[in-house]
Amino acid sequence: MVIYGLLIMGLCAIVGNVLGYLLGGILGITANVGGVGFAMLFLVLVTRRLMDQGKLSKPAESGIQFWNAMYIPVVVAMAAQQNVVAALKGGWIAFIGGLGAVIICFALIRPLTAMAGPSELMEDDDEASA
Amino acid sequence: MDFFIATVMKVATKNGLITAFVIVGVVTWLAYFVSKRLTKGRIHGSAIAIVAGLLLAYIGGEFTHGKKGISDVAFFSGIGLMGGGMLRDFCIIATAFGIKLEELKKAGLAGTLAIVVSTFLSFLIGAVVAWGFGYRDAVSLTTIGGGVATFIVGPVTGAALGATSEVIALSIAAGVVKSISVMILTPILAKPFGLTTPAAATVYGGLMGTTSGTAAGLAATNPKLVPYGAMTATFYTGFGCLVGPSICFFIIKAIVG
Repeated sequence: MVIYGLLIMGLCAIVGNVLGYLLGGILGITANVGGVGFAMLFLVLVTRRLMDQGKLSKPAESGIQFWNAMYIPVVVAMAAQQNVVAALKGGWIAFIGGLGAVIICFALIRPLTAMAGPSELMEDDDEASA
Repeated sequence: MDFFIATVMKVATKNGLITAFVIVGVVTWLAYFVSKRLTKGRIHGSAIAIVAGLLLAYIGGEFTHGKKGISDVAFFSGIGLMGGGMLRDFCIIATAFGIKLEELKKAGLAGTLAIVVSTFLSFLIGAVVAWGFGYRDAVSLTTIGGGVATFIVGPVTGAALGATSEVIALSIAAGVVKSISVMILTPILAKPFGLTTPAAATVYGGLMGTTSGTAAGLAATNPKLVPYGAMTATFYTGFGCLVGPSICFFIIKAIVG
């Protein structure tokens, strides 16, 4: 059933975020440290396990795939509620600081990635899905 | 006619989330049309759709003087739910389905290093720029530095250190500029700067740090890279909130006195 896919994903999301806040609490800050990241890891581990055992049904998988495919539309909606006016009115400090950090960090992608060794997408990943 | 318009408005506002699906659907359709016909596919449809979203956000902000872009207009309020933190995070988690764990492990150390390097670098850049514009006290310099990390680290740092509201607002603005720059520049800069592999995306997420920026930037570049970048970005703000009011503040205070 489709809802089983959402059950798995929802559990991963909630457990991950609880862990994120707990980790923040341990570190002494009221912030979610990596909650979504933990949830992603759980989802990868749990679904891989279930698929190996042949227990993840097609409908359950499609429940997860639906939200996977909704990602870009949700990001478009997210873009539409950014405080763009504040960014433009922030003046030169905000502009130089924010943009400067982005450009400098882009230049660091290559040297840091070199540490990780060879990496590539699978052939069937080349086509950017719409 | 007035009754007709009022009824449409009422139904659309009452069913905000569904209205949002329709609006985003139309925006996406138009964006892909423009991508195909006007740019011959050179600029990806999703990149155009995201920029269109930002444009709507600007119009909404000018129109309502609110902080949440177009979603402050009642007719578009469902956009707030659709693009809010809850569904955004849920979709990001969903992208992890089918991720290659080996790739993530390979880049784990580099990604972690990226977070640490970029956080301290952001504080440094922010503090230097703020110094250049006449700020001299460690509290303001650190707060603006935090804003250059992300628009959450800035105000959290500022609140912890007791910065003025003007400086906190400035730090948020710096963070929003960063986030929007990442959204717009990533599809343009990805290829020349080597952002083409899962390992590079993992590093990129740690370097950029803004969840919304990396989410949109990678979506417009190559959706297959999204989970790798999102994974590291999700640790960035927490790390920044941790070291901002503590280590970064002490370092900056030690330098400026």
